[in-house]
Amino acid sequence: MTERGSGASVVVALRDEHDIALARREVAKACDRLKAGALRKVRFITAVSEIVRNAVDHGGGGQIEIDVDQANKMITVRCTDTGPGIPDMDLAMKDGYSSARSMGKGLGGAKRLVDRFRIENRPEGGIEIWMSSRL
Amino acid sequence: MADTISIYLVEQVLLVTIPDNITDTEIVDLLENLSERIVGEAARGVVIDIASLEIVDTFVGRVLAQLSSVAGMLGARTYVVGMRPAVAMTLVELDMDLPGCRMALSLTQALRELRRDGLA
Repeated sequence: MTERGSGASVVVALRDEHDIALARREVAKACDRLKAGALRKVRFITAVSEIVRNAVDHGGGGQIEIDVDQANKMITVRCTDTGPGIPDMDLAMKDGYSSARSMGKGLGGAKRLVDRFRIENRPEGGIEIWMSSRL
Repeated sequence: MADTISIYLVEQVLLVTIPDNITDTEIVDLLENLSERIVGEAARGVVIDIASLEIVDTFVGRVLAQLSSVAGMLGARTYVVGMRPAVAMTLVELDMDLPGCRMALSLTQALRELRRDGLA
Protein backbone atom coordinates (compact mmCIF):
# COMPACT_ATOMS: atom_id res chain seq x y z
CA MET A 1 0.00 0.00 0.00
CA THR A 2 1.36 3.41 -0.84
CA GLU A 3 0.24 6.93 -0.10
CA ARG A 4 0.35 9.23 -3.09
CA GLY A 5 1.05 12.86 -3.73
CA SER A 6 -1.93 14.76 -2.33
CA GLY A 7 -2.24 12.56 0.71
CA ALA A 8 -5.88 11.93 -0.19
CA SER A 9 -5.15 8.98 -2.49
CA VAL A 10 -4.25 5.48 -1.41
CA VAL A 11 -3.18 2.56 -3.59
CA VAL A 12 -3.59 -1.03 -2.46
CA ALA A 13 -1.97 -3.85 -4.42
CA LEU A 14 -4.33 -6.79 -4.94
CA ARG A 15 -2.47 -10.09 -4.86
CA ASP A 16 -4.38 -12.41 -2.57
CA GLU A 17 -7.34 -12.63 -0.19
CA HIS A 18 -5.54 -10.67 2.52
CA ASP A 19 -5.42 -7.72 0.15
CA ILE A 20 -9.19 -7.96 -0.31
CA ALA A 21 -9.57 -7.36 3.43
CA LEU A 22 -6.91 -4.62 3.34
CA ALA A 23 -8.70 -2.83 0.49
CA ARG A 24 -11.95 -2.94 2.46
CA ARG A 25 -10.22 -1.49 5.52
CA GLU A 26 -8.66 1.34 3.52
CA VAL A 27 -11.99 2.20 1.89
CA ALA A 28 -13.64 2.13 5.33
CA LYS A 29 -11.03 4.60 6.59
CA ALA A 30 -11.67 6.87 3.60
CA CYS A 31 -15.43 6.70 4.28
CA ASP A 32 -14.76 7.64 7.90
CA ARG A 33 -12.67 10.62 6.79
CA LEU A 34 -15.71 11.79 4.82
CA LYS A 35 -17.95 11.15 7.85
CA ALA A 36 -20.13 8.84 5.76
CA GLY A 37 -23.42 7.57 7.17
CA ALA A 38 -23.61 3.89 8.09
CA LEU A 39 -25.68 2.76 5.11
CA ARG A 40 -23.74 4.69 2.46
CA LYS A 41 -20.48 3.42 3.95
CA VAL A 42 -21.62 -0.23 3.99
CA ARG A 43 -22.98 0.05 0.44
CA PHE A 44 -19.71 1.42 -0.92
CA ILE A 45 -17.43 -0.99 0.96
CA THR A 46 -19.58 -3.92 -0.16
CA ALA A 47 -19.29 -2.79 -3.78
CA VAL A 48 -15.52 -2.48 -3.39
CA SER A 49 -15.35 -5.96 -1.88
CA GLU A 50 -17.07 -7.37 -4.96
CA ILE A 51 -14.76 -5.74 -7.50
CA VAL A 52 -11.50 -6.41 -5.66
CA ARG A 53 -12.44 -10.07 -5.18
CA ASN A 54 -13.12 -10.24 -8.91
CA ALA A 55 -9.66 -8.78 -9.56
CA VAL A 56 -7.95 -11.28 -7.25
CA ASP A 57 -9.93 -14.38 -8.21
CA HIS A 58 -10.32 -13.84 -11.95
CA GLY A 59 -8.12 -10.93 -12.94
CA GLY A 60 -4.72 -12.26 -11.93
CA GLY A 61 -4.43 -9.54 -9.30
CA GLY A 62 -4.08 -5.82 -9.80
CA GLN A 63 -4.55 -2.72 -7.71
CA ILE A 64 -7.13 -0.32 -6.41
CA GLU A 65 -6.72 3.43 -6.07
CA ILE A 66 -8.88 5.21 -3.52
CA ASP A 67 -9.49 8.95 -3.79
CA VAL A 68 -11.58 11.20 -1.60
CA ASP A 69 -12.93 14.63 -2.39
CA GLN A 70 -13.56 16.23 0.98
CA ALA A 71 -15.24 19.33 -0.44
CA ASN A 72 -17.89 17.34 -2.29
CA LYS A 73 -17.96 14.38 0.11
CA MET A 74 -17.18 12.08 -2.80
CA ILE A 75 -15.24 8.82 -2.82
CA THR A 76 -13.86 7.34 -6.03
CA VAL A 77 -12.06 4.06 -6.62
CA ARG A 78 -10.34 2.75 -9.72
CA CYS A 79 -9.61 -0.97 -9.79
CA THR A 80 -7.48 -2.54 -12.51
CA ASP A 81 -6.48 -6.14 -13.01
CA THR A 82 -4.11 -8.07 -15.25
CA GLY A 83 -6.45 -10.84 -16.36
CA PRO A 84 -7.80 -11.78 -19.77
CA GLY A 85 -10.58 -9.20 -19.70
CA ILE A 86 -14.28 -9.92 -20.10
CA PRO A 87 -15.44 -10.94 -23.57
CA ASP A 88 -19.13 -10.19 -23.00
CA MET A 89 -19.43 -7.21 -20.68
CA ASP A 90 -23.24 -7.07 -20.79
CA LEU A 91 -23.45 -10.71 -19.74
CA ALA A 92 -20.94 -10.21 -16.91
CA MET A 93 -23.05 -7.41 -15.46
CA LYS A 94 -26.20 -9.52 -15.29
CA ASP A 95 -27.22 -11.23 -12.07
CA GLY A 96 -26.65 -14.93 -12.47
CA TYR A 97 -23.27 -14.59 -14.18
CA SER A 98 -21.59 -16.75 -11.58
CA SER A 99 -17.95 -17.34 -10.90
CA ALA A 100 -18.80 -20.28 -8.62
CA ARG A 101 -17.43 -18.21 -5.72
CA SER A 102 -20.29 -15.77 -5.61
CA MET A 103 -24.04 -15.84 -6.00
CA GLY A 104 -23.69 -14.46 -9.50
CA LYS A 105 -24.56 -10.97 -8.32
CA GLY A 106 -21.07 -9.56 -7.81
CA LEU A 107 -20.40 -7.00 -10.54
CA GLY A 108 -24.05 -6.22 -11.21
CA GLY A 109 -24.59 -5.89 -7.47
CA ALA A 110 -21.63 -3.54 -7.12
CA LYS A 111 -23.08 -1.32 -9.83
CA ARG A 112 -26.38 -1.08 -7.97
CA LEU A 113 -24.66 -0.02 -4.75
CA VAL A 114 -22.82 3.03 -6.08
CA ASP A 115 -23.80 6.31 -7.71
CA ARG A 116 -21.60 5.94 -10.79
CA PHE A 117 -20.04 2.79 -12.22
CA ARG A 118 -17.97 2.16 -15.34
CA ILE A 119 -16.31 -1.05 -16.47
CA GLU A 120 -14.21 -1.60 -19.57
CA ASN A 121 -11.58 -3.85 -21.03
CA ARG A 122 -8.19 -2.16 -21.09
CA PRO A 123 -6.27 -2.09 -24.40
CA GLU A 124 -3.21 -3.43 -22.61
CA GLY A 125 -5.21 -6.29 -21.07
CA GLY A 126 -7.32 -6.79 -18.00
CA ILE A 127 -10.29 -4.71 -16.98
CA GLU A 128 -10.75 -1.37 -15.29
CA ILE A 129 -13.65 -0.62 -12.99
CA TRP A 130 -14.31 2.93 -11.85
CA MET A 131 -16.87 3.65 -9.14
CA SER A 132 -17.88 6.79 -7.34
CA SER A 133 -20.42 7.79 -4.71
CA ARG A 134 -21.34 10.85 -2.78
CA LEU A 135 -21.24 9.90 0.88
CA MET B 1 -13.23 -8.06 18.92
CA ALA B 2 -12.03 -11.60 18.37
CA ASP B 3 -9.38 -12.14 15.71
CA THR B 4 -10.34 -15.69 14.88
CA ILE B 5 -13.53 -17.66 14.54
CA SER B 6 -14.66 -19.11 17.87
CA ILE B 7 -17.02 -22.06 18.30
CA TYR B 8 -18.49 -22.96 21.69
CA LEU B 9 -21.02 -25.66 22.58
CA VAL B 10 -23.85 -24.57 24.88
CA GLU B 11 -26.96 -26.71 25.47
CA GLN B 12 -26.38 -28.77 22.29
CA VAL B 13 -26.09 -25.54 20.33
CA LEU B 14 -22.87 -24.47 18.65
CA LEU B 15 -22.28 -20.75 19.05
CA VAL B 16 -20.10 -19.37 16.28
CA THR B 17 -18.60 -15.88 16.31
CA ILE B 18 -17.21 -14.54 13.06
CA PRO B 19 -14.66 -11.72 13.41
CA ASP B 20 -14.49 -8.72 11.10
CA ASN B 21 -12.06 -8.93 8.19
CA ILE B 22 -12.26 -12.70 8.08
CA THR B 23 -10.45 -14.06 5.04
CA ASP B 24 -12.13 -16.11 2.34
CA THR B 25 -10.09 -19.16 3.29
CA GLU B 26 -11.06 -18.90 6.95
CA ILE B 27 -14.77 -18.73 6.25
CA VAL B 28 -14.57 -21.64 3.79
CA ASP B 29 -12.62 -23.63 6.42
CA LEU B 30 -15.44 -22.85 8.84
CA LEU B 31 -17.80 -24.79 6.60
CA GLU B 32 -15.73 -27.94 7.10
CA ASN B 33 -14.89 -27.39 10.77
CA LEU B 34 -18.46 -26.62 11.73
CA SER B 35 -19.78 -29.68 9.92
CA GLU B 36 -17.39 -31.88 11.90
CA ARG B 37 -18.33 -30.19 15.18
CA ILE B 38 -22.06 -30.66 14.50
CA VAL B 39 -21.57 -34.39 14.07
CA GLY B 40 -18.94 -34.74 16.81
CA GLU B 41 -20.97 -32.84 19.41
CA ALA B 42 -24.40 -34.10 18.24
CA ALA B 43 -25.46 -30.45 18.03
CA ARG B 44 -29.12 -29.70 17.37
CA GLY B 45 -28.64 -26.04 16.64
CA VAL B 46 -26.07 -23.55 15.31
CA VAL B 47 -26.07 -19.81 16.00
CA ILE B 48 -23.73 -17.73 13.86
CA ASP B 49 -23.04 -14.27 15.26
CA ILE B 50 -22.09 -11.78 12.53
CA ALA B 51 -22.35 -8.63 14.66
CA SER B 52 -18.65 -7.92 14.06
CA LEU B 53 -19.01 -8.02 10.29
CA GLU B 54 -19.07 -4.50 8.90
CA ILE B 55 -20.21 -5.84 5.55
CA VAL B 56 -21.54 -9.07 4.07
CA ASP B 57 -20.73 -9.35 0.39
CA THR B 58 -22.01 -11.95 -2.05
CA PHE B 59 -19.19 -14.39 -1.25
CA VAL B 60 -19.73 -14.33 2.51
CA GLY B 61 -23.49 -14.44 1.94
CA ARG B 62 -23.14 -17.51 -0.20
CA VAL B 63 -21.01 -19.28 2.43
CA LEU B 64 -23.51 -18.40 5.18
CA ALA B 65 -26.28 -19.93 3.07
CA GLN B 66 -24.14 -23.03 2.50
CA LEU B 67 -23.41 -23.33 6.23
CA SER B 68 -27.13 -23.32 6.95
CA SER B 69 -27.84 -25.89 4.26
CA VAL B 70 -25.08 -28.25 5.37
CA ALA B 71 -26.07 -27.92 9.03
CA GLY B 72 -29.65 -28.72 8.05
CA MET B 73 -28.52 -31.86 6.23
CA LEU B 74 -26.80 -32.88 9.45
CA GLY B 75 -29.91 -32.29 11.53
CA ALA B 76 -29.01 -28.95 13.09
CA ARG B 77 -31.05 -25.75 12.70
CA THR B 78 -29.03 -22.63 11.99
CA TYR B 79 -29.69 -19.04 12.99
CA VAL B 80 -27.70 -16.03 11.82
CA VAL B 81 -27.79 -13.30 14.48
CA GLY B 82 -26.42 -9.81 14.94
CA MET B 83 -26.79 -8.52 11.41
CA ARG B 84 -26.38 -4.75 11.33
CA PRO B 85 -29.28 -2.78 9.82
CA ALA B 86 -27.09 -1.28 7.08
CA VAL B 87 -25.87 -4.77 6.15
CA ALA B 88 -29.45 -6.03 5.91
CA MET B 89 -30.45 -3.12 3.67
CA THR B 90 -27.41 -3.66 1.45
CA LEU B 91 -28.14 -7.39 1.10
CA VAL B 92 -31.69 -6.56 0.00
CA GLU B 93 -30.26 -4.21 -2.64
CA LEU B 94 -28.00 -7.03 -3.79
CA ASP B 95 -31.12 -9.22 -4.06
CA MET B 96 -29.56 -11.75 -1.69
CA ASP B 97 -32.08 -13.39 0.60
CA LEU B 98 -29.67 -15.95 2.12
CA PRO B 99 -31.79 -18.99 1.27
CA GLY B 100 -32.11 -21.48 4.12
CA CYS B 101 -30.82 -19.08 6.77
CA ARG B 102 -33.05 -18.37 9.74
CA MET B 103 -32.42 -14.89 11.05
CA ALA B 104 -32.77 -13.64 14.62
CA LEU B 105 -32.03 -10.25 16.10
CA SER B 106 -29.94 -11.64 18.93
CA LEU B 107 -28.43 -14.76 20.44
CA THR B 108 -31.11 -14.60 23.14
CA GLN B 109 -33.90 -14.69 20.57
CA ALA B 110 -32.29 -17.57 18.65
CA LEU B 111 -31.80 -19.63 21.82
CA ARG B 112 -35.38 -18.90 22.88
CA GLU B 113 -36.68 -20.29 19.58
CA LEU B 114 -34.39 -23.33 19.76
CA ARG B 115 -35.55 -24.07 23.32
CA ARG B 116 -39.19 -23.57 22.34
CA ASP B 117 -38.80 -26.24 19.67
CA GLY B 118 -36.91 -28.61 21.96
CA LEU B 119 -33.57 -28.20 20.18
CA ALA B 120 -31.70 -26.65 23.13
